[in-house]
Amino acid sequence: MGLLGHLWHTTLATMLDVAPIVAILAFFQAVAIRRRPPNLRRIVVGFIYVLLGLTLFLVGLEEALFPIGKIMAQQLTDPGFLGIGPGDARWLEFGWVYAFAASIGFSAAIAEPSLLAVALKANHISGGTISVWGLRVIVAAGAAAGVALGTVRIVTGTPLYLYMIVGYAVLILQTWRTTRVAGGLVPLAYDSGGVTTSTVTVPLVAALGLGLASAIPGRNPVIDGFGLIASTALFPMVSVLGYAELAAWRARRRKAAAVPEPDDERSTA
Amino acid sequence: MNSGFLSFLRLVLGSARDLAPIVLVIGFFQIFVLQQPFPDLERVAVGVVLVMVGLTLFVQGLEMGLFPIGEAMAHAFARKGSLAWLLGFAFCLGFGTTAAEPALIAVAAEAARTMAEAGVIQPSGAAQASYALGLRLTVALSVGASLVLGVFRILKGWPVHLLIIGGYVVVVILTFFAPPEIIGIAYDSGGVTTSTVTVPLVAALGVGLASTIRGRSPLTDGFGLIAFASMFPMIFVLIYGMVA
Repeated sequence: MGLLGHLWHTTLATMLDVAPIVAILAFFQAVAIRRRPPNLRRIVVGFIYVLLGLTLFLVGLEEALFPIGKIMAQQLTDPGFLGIGPGDARWLEFGWVYAFAASIGFSAAIAEPSLLAVALKANHISGGTISVWGLRVIVAAGAAAGVALGTVRIVTGTPLYLYMIVGYAVLILQTWRTTRVAGGLVPLAYDSGGVTTSTVTVPLVAALGLGLASAIPGRNPVIDGFGLIASTALFPMVSVLGYAELAAWRARRRKAAAVPEPDDERSTA
Repeated sequence: MNSGFLSFLRLVLGSARDLAPIVLVIGFFQIFVLQQPFPDLERVAVGVVLVMVGLTLFVQGLEMGLFPIGEAMAHAFARKGSLAWLLGFAFCLGFGTTAAEPALIAVAAEAARTMAEAGVIQPSGAAQASYALGLRLTVALSVGASLVLGVFRILKGWPVHLLIIGGYVVVVILTFFAPPEIIGIAYDSGGVTTSTVTVPLVAALGVGLASTIRGRSPLTDGFGLIAFASMFPMIFVLIYGMVA
């Protein structure tokens, strides 16, 4: 398919994707609110920008990055490249796969438009305290860990639910600690999980999971190929909460260093 | 006009920074690890430019269209004071945007194939199609329900973490009773439901509501809707796997 045909095809697909949203917005605007929203013309132009932008974004990804990324996932998981024979898959020999998983998890999250949208919103309402780039880097670090651990799981063949249950346990522990020191950030941290797995991440990560599950003897691609997206969504929550805890701890320490507490004096005396 | 073009150019450069990591990663692995030449460099360059311009336009559209309409509707509903309309809107937004989501259609078809191979459902095309449709409707329903609960939570000021932790405990318990084939699909279905257009709208809706209602903080109460929308599908799909 030529570039123009691809563009046309994707424009139609994006319009179909956005149509139900526009219909719902228009219906409730007309029937329930019964008032024109302020700056209607600007909003319509904004929707056209979103439509155009998403189309170009998707076409560009499919032209440039997805084909190479997917072939790369296949080549890196090829038994010939990995140098493994049948029945001989030791998990430590997959270093390049883990490195690729972590780097693609990180870089895809940085390029993810949904994450950018949430980071922009968080930046607006926090009055600039939460930096757009900073939040994205922390979330991306979590995504990197999530994809890498997900590939370790496929290579070792350990069951998905063990990883998820341990992840949830860590998350609950962190939540319990963070609500006391920086509770405002908890909902944002939870939201970061869902937004990481979107347009850029899902196709690349899914290709990696399916490639890996079909290359390793004893793995069933239809069962083991799933689950990589779940761990990619889990770890950004852990990393954002971890960062919130760290920031709160550093703030406490700075305060303690500036004003010596009476307890300290007693203990040194 | 000229200054408008310059500021657009500056925004495109910002997008270039966002995309640099993924281009570098793919370039590095292609050249140094796999030691292969870049296929069709021209096409890749055109694609990267399209991605950059696309991301820039999307961000512009976000600030001009998606964020303002989401917030304007949140304010209008809060002023109107009709709970039924607001919850109805939340449900339709979740259900309507998810039922048509292409990523979900792909995952549902894949899931039906998996279940047929595992012998859980009949291998016939009709059985697979009806299983996939049922799965899609289940997920769409769950996203609709999640936004209703999420909006209700904002109105009531319930802490998000208790609901989310409770939800994850339910997920873990259901995991032990659900057929093993559905578990990976169920866990993944949480991540694929929130599309690039829905996320900004839902975020604006939550923040708009939380900033209109007295006693709610936009940061603490406004976020969290997307978290519900990613968790509910896991619970609903696990249940679907047990009953279907």
